[in-house]
Formats: sequence, structure tokens, C-alpha cells
Amino acid sequence: MPDTLTRFIFGRLTLESLPLHEPIVVATFIAVALGGIALLGAITYFKLWTYLWREWFTSVDHKKIGIMYMVLGLVMLLRGFSDAIMMRLQQAIAFNGSEGYLNSHHYDQIFTAHGVIMIFFVAMPFVTGLMNFVVPLQIGARDVSFPFLNNFSFWMTVGGAVLVMASLFVGEFARTGWLAYPPLSGIGYSPDVGVDYYIWALQVAGVGTTLSGINLICTIIKMRAPGMTMMRMPVFTWTSLCTNVLIVASFPVLTAVLAMLSLDRYVGTNFFTNDFGGNPMMYVNLIWIWGHPEVYILILPLFGVFSEVTSTFSGKRLFGYTSMVYATVVITILSYLVWLHHFFTMGSGASVNSFFGITTMIISIPTGAKIFNWLFTMYRGRIRFELPMMWTVAFMLTFTVGGMTGVLLAVPPADFVLHNSLFLIAHFHNVIIGGVLFGLFAGIAYWWPKAFGFRLDPFWGKVSFWCWVVGFWFAFMPLYILGLMGVTRRMRVFDDPSLQIWFVIAAFGAVLIAAGIAAFLVQIFVSIRRREALADPTGDPWDGRTLEWSTSSPPPAYNFAFTPVIRDNDAWWDMKKAGYIRPLSGFRPIHMPSNTGTGIILAGFSVALGFAMIWYIWWLAALSFVCLIATAIGHTFNYHRDFHIPAAEVTQTEAARTTLLAAQG
Amino acid sequence: MSAHDHAEDHGHVHGGAAHGSFKGYLTGFVLSVILTAIPFWLVMTGFIDDKQVTAIVIMAFAVVQIVVHMVFFLHMNTASEGGWSMLALIFTLILVVIVLTGSLWVMYHLNANMMPGLHDMREMP
Repeated sequence: MPDTLTRFIFGRLTLESLPLHEPIVVATFIAVALGGIALLGAITYFKLWTYLWREWFTSVDHKKIGIMYMVLGLVMLLRGFSDAIMMRLQQAIAFNGSEGYLNSHHYDQIFTAHGVIMIFFVAMPFVTGLMNFVVPLQIGARDVSFPFLNNFSFWMTVGGAVLVMASLFVGEFARTGWLAYPPLSGIGYSPDVGVDYYIWALQVAGVGTTLSGINLICTIIKMRAPGMTMMRMPVFTWTSLCTNVLIVASFPVLTAVLAMLSLDRYVGTNFFTNDFGGNPMMYVNLIWIWGHPEVYILILPLFGVFSEVTSTFSGKRLFGYTSMVYATVVITILSYLVWLHHFFTMGSGASVNSFFGITTMIISIPTGAKIFNWLFTMYRGRIRFELPMMWTVAFMLTFTVGGMTGVLLAVPPADFVLHNSLFLIAHFHNVIIGGVLFGLFAGIAYWWPKAFGFRLDPFWGKVSFWCWVVGFWFAFMPLYILGLMGVTRRMRVFDDPSLQIWFVIAAFGAVLIAAGIAAFLVQIFVSIRRREALADPTGDPWDGRTLEWSTSSPPPAYNFAFTPVIRDNDAWWDMKKAGYIRPLSGFRPIHMPSNTGTGIILAGFSVALGFAMIWYIWWLAALSFVCLIATAIGHTFNYHRDFHIPAAEVTQTEAARTTLLAAQG
Repeated sequence: MSAHDHAEDHGHVHGGAAHGSFKGYLTGFVLSVILTAIPFWLVMTGFIDDKQVTAIVIMAFAVVQIVVHMVFFLHMNTASEGGWSMLALIFTLILVVIVLTGSLWVMYHLNANMMPGLHDMREMP
């Protein structure tokens, strides 16, 4: 009887679910627990809880939410990179009969978690955070269209991340690869909680991603400053718009396909099973209909960052603005026409394969056009090789190589040789690290002074830059070679000792990248220590061209005291040239949205719901679902949604800036 | 140039969706009822002998129903929201067509090439 009761209360969660037999996990858990206790203790000791809750967790300010997204991305980068370096070490030593130090059960979880975390909880939060912070400032808006929704979206993303992290210490994560193909991910072959963790983490985070996509589309379409027509929008705003259109159009497909997989697992339907009319190939087809646009969701905003950086640091208007916009829109549409290139070898035949091979080659044309636009922007420009520009040049070199191997893989016969080999791994790391990550570092270095009022320390930034760039080439060029020799991905041990040297070189590259990440953290730390020396009192440290540089650094809560009027693509550059004078009086009260804790509470219930569903704790699932709905309905009765910043306060803030600017001379 | 709250704002997107009239809602409602009733009638009386043809006819009615809802209840026309609704609709249609026809095409070939006989339930163990 007590046994039934425990099963009712805890579902399939038992003491055996804790991975106490894995010394590596236990050690990690102890380290994380000690670190966590120290962090929580420090927050309590310095009495920061109220501050964090009032000023950050419940904030609906797009700038603060953007920064919180970046923090989430950074924390998860450390986790995702730990997985990466563990894999590199395992593969470097598992030769000559050695099993390495990871058993297969653990190793399979690591490569799955690495992929899932890096895409969903590193790249996505970083990209969303950047868009959240920059877009409203670039279009002269005071916030996004739906500020509460923005806060809710962020916390749902955190909720997904919490579930993934929980899987490390309670139960296990999926052992299926990052897209969890059935039948392996079906209940028959993966009866444990791993795949359920995968499903619920992505579903919870997916709600956040989709809603933030809707929010940013609305913001860009409805809240641009007067005079900013579509063809006067900054390129970063354009690429953000296209990215969010892609998010809204493609994430429902992921949600649906994961929902069908959950039905297969929970109630015994046969969408993707081997028998009774199910077809696992349909899963692969559907998930790549989401998966390929996802690739462009990640890279497009960074193309925007490179455009802003190149034109600012070349001191020139962007070359070919119109072609840049059209290239972005064409990529948006074409990204829906190439998905089959991820499974050429599944056997759809020559006609289908050649169609998708050709569309894949076509999509490289607008991307190549962009590279030329950046090069021509630099041509005869007065280039300043500050950190963001260095990342941009590194990107152009690295990404071009990655793009060319991509076109190579787009040739179906070549893909039959290289499919699932390390060549593919090298290719997509080449474009994701060389494109997305380098772009994020460029963007962080570029907009950091806007967010915090001081620049990042250039010395440590350069250390990080060189470690990353050199480390990247060391880590992934060997994988191209190994891939050409026929080594497949996701291997844990190797028989052929002649391959070892390449894995050792790759591991050395990973160590260099680790140094790059460490240098980046040191850079942040040093910059905070030296913030007086690195201060940016002007609000325009790079001689910028777009609107965000017209306001102070960091911007006031209301962003702009008066909504600017736009007459040119490079709005702020045009204002500076036209002898813009900051208005010093005549301020009015500013209407702003109020903070609310509903977002974090809803996300908390969602995590509880996900956790309960994973472990079959049905009473908790029902309870948290009811609470979730009740809180959401309850929030509609919250009428304290807005307030006015009094004119006196605006006057005071603006006067402080006037003093600061005057001190600059 | 002084940026000001009430400066001229040409180029700004104006004009939300029309809110519809009683007559519009009534027309939409009557059309929806008719478009729902006919498929029911088709199935209940078995008016068309071929079941597959019936299914196709019902799907056609469903598509018309979607259009009725969009026009009369969501007030979509070429002008609403400064043309954005129409643009979004066109984009959605393009994607839906790509996803549906693409999946059918791909899956047909995959089934034909890779799953000989497996879909025949009589051969199941």
C-alpha cells in the first residue's frame, strides 16, 4: 500500500533516479551546489533580493529584459561549453583500447545536451536579448508593444533552461542527439525520462520564443518613430523583423511535432512509430521544416550586427542598403525551401534531392551578396579596428569558408559521402561559431557602452578575440579532415590509432576557446572595475549612425524624452550633420508600463507542470496547470498596468545629462 | 531640427482594422451556418457515393469557411492595418503551400522508395 502511495506522490521519481553512481555528475553537483549556495548567500548577505525582484525580475523594461537574456545566454554558454570540452577530451583519449573516461550512457547525454543547450539556451537567448535591447532604441520607441508579454517570454525561456539543468542532477537527459529522431526517441527505445526532459524543456521555452517573436514584429511594424519608413529602418531592425517573422512562422511546427512525439510517448498514438501506420521519416521531415529556418533565425540578426558595425567603424553609409534588405527578405523566404538537404540520404530519390540541392545553392547567393556589401562598405572607408570591427573581419573570413563547405554539402552526391560525418560537424560549427558567436561578441562589444555607460576593456577583449579565432581554427579544421576520411559524428571510442593526432589538435583548439571564454569573463570583470576610466558620458562612443546613440548611456527608462523625427537611413548621423540641438525644456509626463511579477510566477508554474509531466506526477501536473490558468486569468484583473513618469523627473534626468555633456566640452 | 512629440508624423502606419457592422457579422454568421450545414448534410445522407469525393468536397467547404471567417469576423481586406494583414496572409499562404506540398512530395517519394509494403496492414504480424 505505501508503495502505491509513493508512486502516486512521486510518480516514477525515486532515489535511484539521482545519478549517484556517476562520480563526474556527483562532483559537478557538489561544485554547482556550493557555487549556488555561495551566490544565494551573497545575494542575501548584501540584501539584494528586493532590488533584484523589483528592478530586474519583475521589470517590463525592454533594456533590462534584454540584459537578463544575455546573462542567461552567458550562463548556459558555460554549461554548453563544459559539455563540448568533455567530448573533446573523451575523443582525444579513447584510442588504443582505452574507453576514455565517459561511459556511453553519459557520453550520449552530453552530446545531446551540448546541441540542445547551445542552440536553444545560448544562441537563442543571446539573439533575442540583443534584439530586445537594441530594436526599440533603434526605432525611437519607449518599449516593445507588449511589455508584460516580453517579461513572460523571458521567464519561459528561463523555465526551459531550468528543466534542462535539472536533468543533469535529477534523472537523465535524452540520449538521442539534439533533434531526438524517432524511433530512438520513442517510448520503446527511450523509456526513461531523458526524452521527456527534452520535450518539456523545449515546449516551455518555445512558448517564450514564439511570444517574443510576435512582440518584436508588432514593435517594429507599429512603433517606429515618425518618418521612419520601412526603407529607412536600420539594417539590424530589418534583419530582426525577418528573424521574428521566421520565428512566428516556424516555431509552431516544432511545437506541433514535439506534441505528436509526446502523444506517441504518453498515450500510445502512432505518429512516428515503426508500425501501425506510423512513419518516423515524417518526424525528420517536419522537424527540419522548423530546423532550417531556425538556422537563419540565428544568423540573420547577426548579419544586422555586422552591417551596423561595418558602417559605423568605416565611417561610411552602408553600401547597398536596398540590396541588403532584399537579400534578407529573399533569405527569409528561401529558408523554407531547403529543409530536405538535412536528409538527402534518407532516400527520397534523385528528383527531390536535386530540387533541394539547387535551392540550397541558390540561398548562398543573397548571403554572398551581403559579404560583398560589407566589403564595399569597408572599401575606401576610414576603418577603425576596434573590437567589434575585429570580430566582423574574423567573421567574414571564417564564415566564407563555412559557407563554401555548406555549398559543397548541398551537392547530393557529395552529401552521400559526407552525411553524418565530422565534416558536417565542422561545417555547422564553422558557420555558427564564425557567424553567430563572432557576431554576438561584436554586438556585445558594440552595444555594451550603451547598456551600461562604460566600454569593455579592449586589452582583455583582444585576448579573448585571438583565443577564440585561433582556437576555432584549431578545433574544427581537424574535423574537416577527419570527416573527409570518413569518421562519423557522435563516436565515443576509436579503433584506428592514426586518427588520434587530429582529435588531440581539436582538443587543443577547445582549450584555446576555453581561454577565450575565460578572457571574456575577465574582460567583463576588469571593465566593471575600471568603469570610471572606460566611462562613456557622451552616449555616442563610436561616432554612431543610428538612433540608439542619440540617447544617453545607459538610456533612461523612457529611452527618448521626445520621440525623434527621422529623415534618413542613418537617422542619428543625419541629425548630427544637420546640427541637432538636444531639447532642454518643455518636457511632459511620460506614460510607461508598470512592473509585474506575473511573468515569473507563470513560468514557475510551467516548470512545475513540465517537471510533473516528465516524472508522471499527475496530481502535481493537474495542480500546476490549474494554477497556471488561474494566475493568467487573475492577471487580466490587474488594472495597475501603467503610470506616468512626472515631467519634473524627466526634466531632472535630462538636466543631469546636460551637465554631463557640458563637462565634456 | 527639433524632435518633438507632436511633430508631423507622415509615413507612420495608420488605420487599424475596421470594426465591422451588425450586417457584416450577420452575413458572416449565416454563411458559416450554411457552410457547416452542407457538409453535415453530405455525410449524413451520403449524397455523393464516393467517400473520397465527399472528403474533397468537405475540404473545399472548409477552405471557403476560412475565407468567410477572415473577411467577416477578422475584418481582413487589402487595406486593413495599412496592408500588413494582406501581406501577412500572403506570406502565410506561401509557407502553408510550401510546407504541405513539399511534405506530401517528399513523403510520397520516401514512402515509395524506402517503405515497400510496410503500410499494408494485412502484412502486419
